[in-house]
Amino acid sequence: MANTVLSIENITVQFGGVVAVNNLSMHVDEGEIVSLIGPNGAGKTTAFNAITGVYQATNGRVIFNDEIILESHPTGKMKKLYAGENADLYHKIISKTPDKIAKLGMGRTFQNIRLFKELSVLDNVMIAKHMRLKGNLFTDTFMINYKEERKLREVCLELLKIVDLYDLRDEVASSLPYGKQRHLEIARALATEPKLLLLDEPAAGMNPQETEELTALIRKLRKDFNLTILLIEHHMNLVMDISDRIYVIDFGKLISSGTPEMVQGDQRVIDAYLGVADDE
Amino acid sequence: MKKNTKIIASLILAAALLGLLIFIDNSELKSSMLSTCLQKGAIYALVAVSMNLLNGFTGLFSLGQAGFMLIGAYTYAILTIPVASRASVYQYFDGGVVQFAIPVLPAILIAGLMAAVFAALIGLPVLKLKSDYLAIATLGFAEIIRAVIQWQQVAPLTNGSNMLRAFPTYSSILFPFIISGICIAAIILLIRSSYGRAFKAIREDEIAAEAMGINMFKHKMMSFVISSFFAGVGGALLAMFQSSVQAKGFTSAMTYEILLIVVIGGIGSITGSIIASFLFVSSMEWWLRFLDETQFIGDFEVPLLGTGFRMVVFSVVIMIIVLFWRRGIMGNKEFSWDGIFKFFKDPFGIVSKIKAKGAVKKNG
Repeated sequence: MANTVLSIENITVQFGGVVAVNNLSMHVDEGEIVSLIGPNGAGKTTAFNAITGVYQATNGRVIFNDEIILESHPTGKMKKLYAGENADLYHKIISKTPDKIAKLGMGRTFQNIRLFKELSVLDNVMIAKHMRLKGNLFTDTFMINYKEERKLREVCLELLKIVDLYDLRDEVASSLPYGKQRHLEIARALATEPKLLLLDEPAAGMNPQETEELTALIRKLRKDFNLTILLIEHHMNLVMDISDRIYVIDFGKLISSGTPEMVQGDQRVIDAYLGVADDE
Repeated sequence: MKKNTKIIASLILAAALLGLLIFIDNSELKSSMLSTCLQKGAIYALVAVSMNLLNGFTGLFSLGQAGFMLIGAYTYAILTIPVASRASVYQYFDGGVVQFAIPVLPAILIAGLMAAVFAALIGLPVLKLKSDYLAIATLGFAEIIRAVIQWQQVAPLTNGSNMLRAFPTYSSILFPFIISGICIAAIILLIRSSYGRAFKAIREDEIAAEAMGINMFKHKMMSFVISSFFAGVGGALLAMFQSSVQAKGFTSAMTYEILLIVVIGGIGSITGSIIASFLFVSSMEWWLRFLDETQFIGDFEVPLLGTGFRMVVFSVVIMIIVLFWRRGIMGNKEFSWDGIFKFFKDPFGIVSKIKAKGAVKKNG
């Protein structure tokens, strides 16, 4: 059996009285491409943010590479307000910050592109390498470790070649066309040397041809970098084409999971996307 | 332009500036207004660049600069007043508690370190705040430090609200230029390093920076402490320049002056800060002085001119800059020979605009 890279147990994220993610459990095995889909507002991005440490989940546990990166239970005001399940399953509060989680090997992209807009394309990628640097403030400032810096630049340029941005390396990130910005986000995430790559709607706003290219790129990346990929996406063609397994959520709850064929045939999924007819 | 040409041009420029300074240093101009403006400009340039590191490159809007300069200036003064002069300086406090003096250069270094230590201490609670709140907290810190130093209980150390004087100053006007130059060079190297990139990433997008593995608090703290260190060094230089220090001179108005230099020069531009610093100091101390005195054109007495009018004009200039020229002299770009070359070929893009218009007419 393949190793489980990411395992999410009973995650609930509640904002005030609103339960955005409700008792979600899923796992991603090494080398897999897993998709998380659901109608708009189903809580996909919230789940992503809970996994990557941007939000602290109200309840549940996330294990990444055999390390607990999040464990939480309702505390304080949430004790009374909590509307989810499994409230007494967890007793510790562990909440790693996003930078620690990134350092453990989880790279991500953002749904609403978050590049370092005023910096060059190359700088954007090199920033992601900052945490892998061996030098300290002193050696780095006075260029004592210039060899490392030079090597780092080479690696980043290679990454830019892979996503086809090498010729645009000195451009300011915000001047790139939309599709290229998405590619740059992927290159930047790759530069963090991830084991698991989380892609939040990488094909949003892309035309069918661009989507197809993206599909090929994701496949290639998985192979070349030995990646495991967790994907949120609305383009069903892309999802069904590329995924090994799919999780479907609606109103924060898991409603179906399995291979693309299984999910496509699931009546609950069809209902969630198309709605249930009243006159049955 | 070729790379070699650029290097030669830079060397010539540097040599010319150095020659000019040495010339001024050895002529009667040494005690002139020009020399005063150059010295103060060099010191303000260092402080402005250190503030730019924090406000322009890391995106932390801090207004504590005068406070850190004050710490630097006092640390320097307290450590270097010769033992023989202490009795007269601390005349109300039996010669004060410090009864030793150390050489100038180590004292400047310690002045910076002291400011850095204070920055680290207040950074712990304050750096969790964002934007305006950070500005208010650091401004408050600067005011508190100023009050504490004048406090009677610490007077044997700080001489209370009395002046500290008789400490060693520099004899050559090259001194502030050399110290400022070294410090600014270090800041430039820092900004161009991987840490500098991380600072810029924080400025651009904190959430994305954190997702890329940049430890937010650690890097903000680094930037804050380093910036304060150089502000402390700047404070020590200012003390030497003034040859006496008194806490009441380091008001928040001083922070605003430096902030102004940063804004005029362009937030995020080192060379902008340096150029703006000399321009600001010169207009403040020299070029706009005439506005404070009664002037006559023939027999006609120009109205409004008088003490304080200089500041009115200055405020108007500032408002104009903030309203119409928000990116300052340099924007977030740096000085480059290519830029200069392009400017002379096509100042303010006028030539290309005219050409573009001509092309439209031809086509139409």
